[in-house]
Amino acid sequence: MPSRNLVPTRRELLRGSGALFAWALVPGKPRADGRDPRFLTIILRGAVDGLAVVAPVGDPDWPKLRGDKGLASEGPAPALPLDGFFALNPAMPHLHRLYQARQATIVHAVATPYRERSHFDGQDVLESGLTKPGAIDTGWLNRALAMLAPGERVKAQNRQAFAVGPIAPLVVRGPAPVLAWSPPRLPPVGDETTMRLLDLYNHTDPALARALEERIGLAAIAGPGAMTGNADMDRPPVQIGGIEQVRKYFAEAAGAAAKFLAREDGPRVGALALDGWDTHVNEGAVKGRLANLLGALDGAIAEIETNMGGAWRETVVVLVTEFGRTARINGNDGTDHGTATVAILAGGALEGGRVVADWPGLRDTDLYEHRDLRATTDLRSVLKGLLNDHLRLDEEALATAVFPDSRSTPPMPGLLV
Amino acid sequence: MACDPKEAALALHRFGFGPRASSILVIAADPRGALLAELERPNAGQIVNADLPSSGAANRAVFEFNAERSAGKKREERRREAATQTAMQNAGGEGMTAAKPDAPAAAASQPEAIPLPRQLFRNEARARFDAAINAEIGLVERLVWFWSNHFCVNANATVMAGGYEREAIRPHVLGHFADMLLAAESHPAMLLYLDNAQSIGPDSVAGVNRDKGLNENLAREILELHTLGVRTVYSQADVTNFAKVLTGWTILPTVSNPDHGGEFSFLGRAHEPGPQTVIGNDYREGGVEQGRAVLADLAHHPATARHVTTKLARHFIADDPPPALVDQLARRFLDTEGDLKEVVAALIAAPEAWASEQAKIKRPNEWIAAVLRATGEPGEIPRILQAGNLLGEPLWRPPAPKGFSDDNAAWLDGLGQRLEIANAFAHREGLGHEPEAVMDTAIGPLASAETRRTIARAESRPQALTLLLMAPEFQRR
Repeated sequence: MPSRNLVPTRRELLRGSGALFAWALVPGKPRADGRDPRFLTIILRGAVDGLAVVAPVGDPDWPKLRGDKGLASEGPAPALPLDGFFALNPAMPHLHRLYQARQATIVHAVATPYRERSHFDGQDVLESGLTKPGAIDTGWLNRALAMLAPGERVKAQNRQAFAVGPIAPLVVRGPAPVLAWSPPRLPPVGDETTMRLLDLYNHTDPALARALEERIGLAAIAGPGAMTGNADMDRPPVQIGGIEQVRKYFAEAAGAAAKFLAREDGPRVGALALDGWDTHVNEGAVKGRLANLLGALDGAIAEIETNMGGAWRETVVVLVTEFGRTARINGNDGTDHGTATVAILAGGALEGGRVVADWPGLRDTDLYEHRDLRATTDLRSVLKGLLNDHLRLDEEALATAVFPDSRSTPPMPGLLV
Repeated sequence: MACDPKEAALALHRFGFGPRASSILVIAADPRGALLAELERPNAGQIVNADLPSSGAANRAVFEFNAERSAGKKREERRREAATQTAMQNAGGEGMTAAKPDAPAAAASQPEAIPLPRQLFRNEARARFDAAINAEIGLVERLVWFWSNHFCVNANATVMAGGYEREAIRPHVLGHFADMLLAAESHPAMLLYLDNAQSIGPDSVAGVNRDKGLNENLAREILELHTLGVRTVYSQADVTNFAKVLTGWTILPTVSNPDHGGEFSFLGRAHEPGPQTVIGNDYREGGVEQGRAVLADLAHHPATARHVTTKLARHFIADDPPPALVDQLARRFLDTEGDLKEVVAALIAAPEAWASEQAKIKRPNEWIAAVLRATGEPGEIPRILQAGNLLGEPLWRPPAPKGFSDDNAAWLDGLGQRLEIANAFAHREGLGHEPEAVMDTAIGPLASAETRRTIARAESRPQALTLLLMAPEFQRR
């Protein structure tokens, strides 16, 4: 197979979207303050367990909730200290380094306005920027781009939204032209998907269950090393159970987005989705599946930083999920759908090195409906704060067109340098 | 008749290519009647597409294409040689640059045209999948796929595989078995695939003069695979004699026949002269008629009736079909002199055909067609073909003349690969579809509570669609 350059030429970029030309014709003024901001949104579909990403190790109620299934400052895999109260999952050393360099911020106990627990509806609310699910076909990021006044911050030639993946996530779809780029590698079959299918077969179809189990067994025998070795051969590698494949896909998708955004003539706003966070069974936050996934995500963040090059100092990456998970571990060593979670911010443009949280506490009465981490911060205020400071969208546009009916949720100030 | 959505869904999966939007509702009033009605449609099973050339025309076009390409390469070589020589004569090593090695490279970097043979193949494949995707239920197309696999040829051996199916199989899927048998065995694609085109009677004029001889391949496979069945009523002597009968069934060479090259031809001077005995019957010398007479008798033999109806029941109903069902179908076959429409009608009418258990796993290409129907996506033909390749059912490229297997065991191994393809498809197309709506379309009343729950609880729409396409109710029929 011929090697393939991940970054297309400008000509190829242009070919990707005919609608782009409409934007290219908007006359641009020189940028007011000489900065050229980059903004990348990563949607983590499946509901990330925020307490497993950043744990309140200083909260005396924390060990009672999760015991040895939760992050701890001591032990064989100690969590990485953030501010004395919170600590980061040890699978994320790159994020920790950025945090220490004041280029990463954690917002905790944060949630969208959505208070039910359906993935599809939760994702619709997260990506649409509306307060309720329903028939929606535009996302807040795209509407934000469409609201930018000509000549401000983002040059006209960079005014297309950019999406990585076989299909553009809802957050980036809408009136502003969208340029989509798909990595040559499709998203691998995640463990989550395989386990769910196996569970369904086990309950309904023993013959299919046996066949699928054998496939998983073969993949496990082949091992990650064997899979890597296979990757360049004509025969497609066995992907089931392969965290290596997930790592590669995460890094490739996120890294490609950064390369596009870094280009002088490239887009300035992009989005991609990374799936696989719905950890109902054997979550493995400290060591196991979720730790592996977070490691893959950490690798993707590092890849973005590297590929942004000099543009990193003008970059904000925001990683968000539809809702959090139950505060307690369920009967299958996993967690069920919950409410508040974390949002991860990374990038050289941030005033970082902080955990922003109005901590609600973890006693039974503190928990939302006695089960979930309570939301004390509206995710929209975080996103509005970033759009306001970074892309200079005015508050009125943010409160009406971008996040309709959000006047009572003002932009969070001070997130940027 | 009572409305029966469950039977309608079964009918679509078991006898068709799976439901499209609202097709369960459309046939729910009378699913069996809807199946029978599909057999009565005018032109059922035919593909009307003026852009698809006859197999003979395809053969000639590819012959010209290959000849031109070969000439083009030789011309290029000559030009290079000449340029090199000129350069050497001019100024030794320095003059080598005159050969401009980068000029052809620049031409090659332009978007490459798809070579004619591949384009022809894709057009045929597109027409075949369109017929499956656009059918109301798809019973007749399923019959086309079944018989095409029974009388399989291999696209590696001939550019005529698509034309063969349209010319030899489709016209007869609702006609008489004897006519399909004759059309298949006398088609150039088959004569090439099973080597009869070069089989020469040892005592024929050509055989004596050129000291060439018999090739038994086609005769053996007709007896073993296409008609009587392996280890039935024939002997090695029958194979040899039948091979002699079939000598002279060959193809007009394209190089000397610009208008008819690649078409069937009976070459008397290659035909073994004299009478032959096959399965106890004597056939007097009669040129091409001798072979036709043997085929006609084979088509009506009770062993043939049992063999093909067993395969038909295995394909549609179960790996080990109920013996009573096979008996009934074989009897219908013999009573109607191999009227295939009547045999299928008997299958539809049989209670054994309607067991609620979905005993069969869809073959890979059936599953791909079902995915496209359930989602309303037309699919891109290169991707469709690639999926078939990955799943072990490359279109018109069976591993052996026996065709692709109809046993579940043969396809279970590919389940992991199906999961990867379902996942890739769902990530490409998945956001545009509401998984629960696709579920109602695709399996509707067949969906178990577990499947419904699994889809509803999926972590994302692409995952939900993946799980639906992998659900037992959708994998099976």
